[in-house]
Amino acid sequence: MKRISPAITQLIAVGCLWTFTLLTLSILLFIIAYILIQGLPWLSWEFLSQAPESMGRRGGIFPMIVGTFMVAGLAVLIAAPIGIATAVYLTEYTREGKFTFIVRFGADCLAGIPSIIYGLFGFVFFAIALGMGLSVISGALTLTLMILPTIVRTAEEAIRAVPPAYREASYGLGSTRWQMVTRVVLPLALPGICTGIVLSLGRSISETAAVMLTAGSALRMPHSLSDSTRTLALHFYILSREGLSMDKAYATASVLILLILALNLFAYWLMRQVTRRNG
Amino acid sequence: MMPPEQNSPVIEVQNLTVTSYDRTILDGLSLPVYKNERLAIIGPSNSGKTTFLRCLNRLNDLQHSFKVSGTILLNGSNIFDPGADTAQLRRKVGMVYAVPVPLPWSIYENLVYGPRLAGVRDKNRLDELVETSLQSAFLWGEVKDRLHMPAKNLSGGQQQRLCLARVLALEPEVLILDEPCSALDPISTAKIEDALFELKSRLAIVLVTNNTKQAARASDRTAFFLMGKLIEMKETGRLFTNPSDKRTNDYLVGQFG
Repeated sequence: MKRISPAITQLIAVGCLWTFTLLTLSILLFIIAYILIQGLPWLSWEFLSQAPESMGRRGGIFPMIVGTFMVAGLAVLIAAPIGIATAVYLTEYTREGKFTFIVRFGADCLAGIPSIIYGLFGFVFFAIALGMGLSVISGALTLTLMILPTIVRTAEEAIRAVPPAYREASYGLGSTRWQMVTRVVLPLALPGICTGIVLSLGRSISETAAVMLTAGSALRMPHSLSDSTRTLALHFYILSREGLSMDKAYATASVLILLILALNLFAYWLMRQVTRRNG
Repeated sequence: MMPPEQNSPVIEVQNLTVTSYDRTILDGLSLPVYKNERLAIIGPSNSGKTTFLRCLNRLNDLQHSFKVSGTILLNGSNIFDPGADTAQLRRKVGMVYAVPVPLPWSIYENLVYGPRLAGVRDKNRLDELVETSLQSAFLWGEVKDRLHMPAKNLSGGQQQRLCLARVLALEPEVLILDEPCSALDPISTAKIEDALFELKSRLAIVLVTNNTKQAARASDRTAFFLMGKLIEMKETGRLFTNPSDKRTNDYLVGQFG
C-alpha cells in the first residue's frame, strides 16, 4: 500500500478540524438564528410590558419577566453568600483533608443531578413539607440548591487564583486571617466570583423543570414571595406544548435568548477584568 | 558605639527545634539578637536559615507539618505562649521576603495597609508614616510625586525597597530579611544595605543571606548555620578572618555551599 505523504495528512487533518469547528459553530448559530427569526418580528414594547390574555394567546409576558427575575434573583441572593462563605472556608480556613474532599465531592455530585430531581425535591420539601406551596420562594429555594455547587466551585477557583505570596505579605504586615481574606483575597477574587454568580443567574433564568414543580405556572403578576408565578422558560414550554401560540412562544424564547446572551457577555467581560488585573 | 553584647537582647532564642514529618530542619538552636546590631545568618541552602527567620515572626504557623519546640523570647516574653497575638508579633518583628511582593494597590495603599490594621486612622499620621518610612528605605525621592501610582509599576529594586518601607511603617523593633537582595542588581543591593546601616540605630536587624560577601559588608555579627545547627557565631570581622570551626572555614573559602 502506498503511504500518504505527511503534507497530505496535514491537509486532511486541518480540513477535518476546520469542518467540525465550523459544524459546531453553525449548529449553534442556526438554533439562535432560527429562534430569533421566528420570534423577533413579534417582539414589541407591548409584548414586554403587558399581561398575557387568554392563556397567553394574546397580550404580553410582563408578569413572566417579573416572576423570572424574582425567582432567579432571589435564588442568587440566597445562594451567593452561602456559596462564597463555603468557598472561603474551604480555601482559607481549613486544610485539605477528608472534610474538604467530601464537601467538594458532594458539590460536584449535586451539580450533576438532573434539574427535574431538584424540582421534585423542592416540591416535596419546600412546597409540601414546609408548606410554602407553589410559590416564588419555593422556586427560589429549589434553584438555590441547584446553583450552590456552581457558585462554590467558581468562587473557590477565583480565590485559589489569588497568588499565595499576597497572603504571606498580608500576614507579615500584621493582619489576622479575616483581615487578609476581606481586604486582600476577596477584592482580588471578586470578578471571578461574580462571573460564577452571573452564570448561575443565567442558569436560574433558563431553568424549566425545577421551577415548574415548585413555583407553579400562574399567569398573574406575583405580588409577594408566596405567590405562584410562571417563569419565561416555563411560559415558552406551556405555550408551545399546549399549542396556544407558536408566535408568542418564539417571541418569549427570543427574549430568553437575548437575556442569556447579555448575561454571558457580561460574565465574559468580568472574566477579562480578572485576567487583565492579574496578568 | 557600644558593642551590642552589652545591651540586653531583644530576642533570645532558646533551644529552638523545628521538625517536619521525619526531617529535622532546626536542631536545638540558641542565640541572642541585640538592639542596634545587624546579625547576618549565612549557610548553604537547606541549612534552616529561612525556617529560623520565619520562626521569629511565627510565619511557620502556616506550615501545618512543622512542629516547633523551644522558646523565643521577645523582650522577655515567649512568642509561642498560647495567648500570644501573632498579628501584634508580626508588627514588632517585621519581615522582608526574598521576592518583593507589592500588594496590587498603589504605593500609598501598600504603605498604610499595616498601620491601618494596627488601628491608625488619622490621615496626617498615616501621611507622616508613609513619608518617614519611604525615606528610611531610601525610596522617598524616587516616588514622592507618584504615591498613588500602582506599586507594580516600580522596578524590582524599588519594589523591594517599598516592601522594606512597608514593614518600617509598622514601626517594628526587629527587622528580619530573608535574602532581600537575591533578585536585585548591585545598585539596588547597595541601597538596601545603606538603609540597613542607617536603620540599626533604632532597631535590631537579622539578615539571612546566601551571599557571604554581603554578610561581610553589611553585618556586625555573623552566624553560620549548617544542617539546622548553629555552628559558629561571632563578630563579623572575626568570623571571616579567623573562624574557629573548620566547617565555617570550609564554607567561607568555598569548599561547599
